[in-house]
Amino acid sequence: MTHDILDPVSVATAVPPARLRAVGLSVGYGDQPVVKDLDLDLVDHAITTVIGPNGCGKSTLLRSLGRLLRPAAGQVLLDGKRIDKLPTKQVATELALLPQSPIAPEGLVVRDLVARGRHPQQSWLRQWSADDERVVDETLAWTSMTELADRPIDQLSGGQRQRAWIAMALAQQTDLVLLDEPTTYLDLSHQIDVLDLARTLNRDHGRTVVMVLHDLNLAARYSDCMVAMRDGEIVASGEPAAVITPALLREVFSLDAQVIEDPVTGKPMVVPIGCVR
Amino acid sequence: MTVLDPPRPATRPVARQVTIRTRRVSGRIPLRAVVVAALGLALLALAFAWSIGSGDFAISIPDVVAVLTGGGDPANAFIIEELRLPRAVVGAVVGASLGMSGALFQTFARNPLASPDLLGITGGAAVGAVFVIVLGSTGGVLATGVSSLGVTLAALVGALAAAAGLYLFAWRRGIDGTRLVLVGIGMAAVLDALVSWMLTKASIFDLPAALVWLSGSLVGRGWHEAMPALWAFAILGPLAILLTTTLRAMQLGDDSARSLGIRLQLAQGSVLVVAVGLAAFAVTAAGPIDFVAFVVPQIALRLVGGSRPPLVTSAILGALLVLLADTVTRVLFPYEPPVGVVTAILGAPYLLWLLLRTNRKASA
Repeated sequence: MTHDILDPVSVATAVPPARLRAVGLSVGYGDQPVVKDLDLDLVDHAITTVIGPNGCGKSTLLRSLGRLLRPAAGQVLLDGKRIDKLPTKQVATELALLPQSPIAPEGLVVRDLVARGRHPQQSWLRQWSADDERVVDETLAWTSMTELADRPIDQLSGGQRQRAWIAMALAQQTDLVLLDEPTTYLDLSHQIDVLDLARTLNRDHGRTVVMVLHDLNLAARYSDCMVAMRDGEIVASGEPAAVITPALLREVFSLDAQVIEDPVTGKPMVVPIGCVR
Repeated sequence: MTVLDPPRPATRPVARQVTIRTRRVSGRIPLRAVVVAALGLALLALAFAWSIGSGDFAISIPDVVAVLTGGGDPANAFIIEELRLPRAVVGAVVGASLGMSGALFQTFARNPLASPDLLGITGGAAVGAVFVIVLGSTGGVLATGVSSLGVTLAALVGALAAAAGLYLFAWRRGIDGTRLVLVGIGMAAVLDALVSWMLTKASIFDLPAALVWLSGSLVGRGWHEAMPALWAFAILGPLAILLTTTLRAMQLGDDSARSLGIRLQLAQGSVLVVAVGLAAFAVTAAGPIDFVAFVVPQIALRLVGGSRPPLVTSAILGALLVLLADTVTRVLFPYEPPVGVVTAILGAPYLLWLLLRTNRKASA
């Protein structure tokens, strides 16, 4: 008797397809395609980071995955259904997207911002259920924002502000969380802070996290899976060790660099060469 | 930093909320909003009675109340029901509509400068009204007796046309708040110039009528003007309140609103239609009463706290402001200056203060 589990065909069918997928996706502004005929399956319950040089289409990809941009060709599938055909509110209960450097209206306090993450679950008559209150309190606690809950967002530091926004996206209680450059404009310790939070989300709460990051070393350290893009196309994807190689860095970033082992995590670490020597 | 960046108020209280929960219905109401709204309503009732009671023939407040509740002296009843009540109703409804419209515009554009008078909606109404007043007697198709309905209708059409133009010029794959304000200010200037040009062409006999209309006045307003505005407010006011949850999400920016499940185009369209409708009917009833839609929502915001101008409180305070301003013109001045002059006197310093504050912050 053969073992079914070793049969490659049945193994392939036993793995359920990824919840969020891009199939032949092209997106552009006007006639200029920014993302070109791209296929991507985002691994469920993992942290995936998209990297690439400026203007390579990584934010465009993320925004298309989050239904903020309409595909010019191809499609984004959420649970096998075209995401642009699903009702906006239904998508908002499955997928949360934190845009790049969002701006809160002045005077808005942290607790109220986080409470707005409950909008998909609310209606005009049900504006503040016991569930809403519990989720908001829990989210504030997870993100260590409870003490700052009554402070206006505009009075917080950059790192605290970003935590507040992430908390809002978390209060949506979606399995999929998309973060567009969540560490931009933050100093290093706050970048670590935000990425630790993303990791907690993934490891302790089982959320699928998809991010766009600029810092390759942080991306390698925090990701289960990396996607390297150039000119709207995926050049490589897989585990950080498979993606972050000197050859790929040269190809994608035109960067001469050595890749060594991160002394803390054992993940790949990029040491650019430049012209200093 | 440019003038268009909203200045930050020095202090803004954190709103204490009261939670209401039954099986189906739940919500939070800021305590302060309830208190301010209740006080505002009480003052509005007093202002209403005062407005009806004062004039060449003074009627005491108890007598006013007696007539309004169905009793009282028949002589008083005529003066009140036919002359003063409709005027007071026009004042209150116009003020409420302008206050609410301003609150919607400012939340939409995330900018305290956004209001129907600064964005040209009022200007459109003025072009329509002045066009009919001026051309009505100098010949043309409209020569045969331009009734007051003609002016009213033209003002309404003008306001709606200006709003349509604003939307078209500001639309570029969606509506951006800052672009809306910039385009609106430009349009307001063009429409203003158009009105000035028409005035230079006007005959000396039509000028007074045009100028009175342009300064915004409640003189001689009756049920004829009150009813359309009243209906518009009765329909659009509740619609605006239905939009509160949407406005709350829209405030976070287009991308965040959409990832929270807002259908952005639909939401923006609805807010604009309600805001423009309220402003258009208000201007049509009383002419451009300047600065109400601009100032009142910001006053309401400072009184209530929170992060956006409150709709209901803005409506109540708008009604209060117009009613008081109108009564003051009748009581204090022998020749009844138009109410728009009083609101402008109150509003212009606020605009200057807003601009100065922004500049000071920018240079600090």
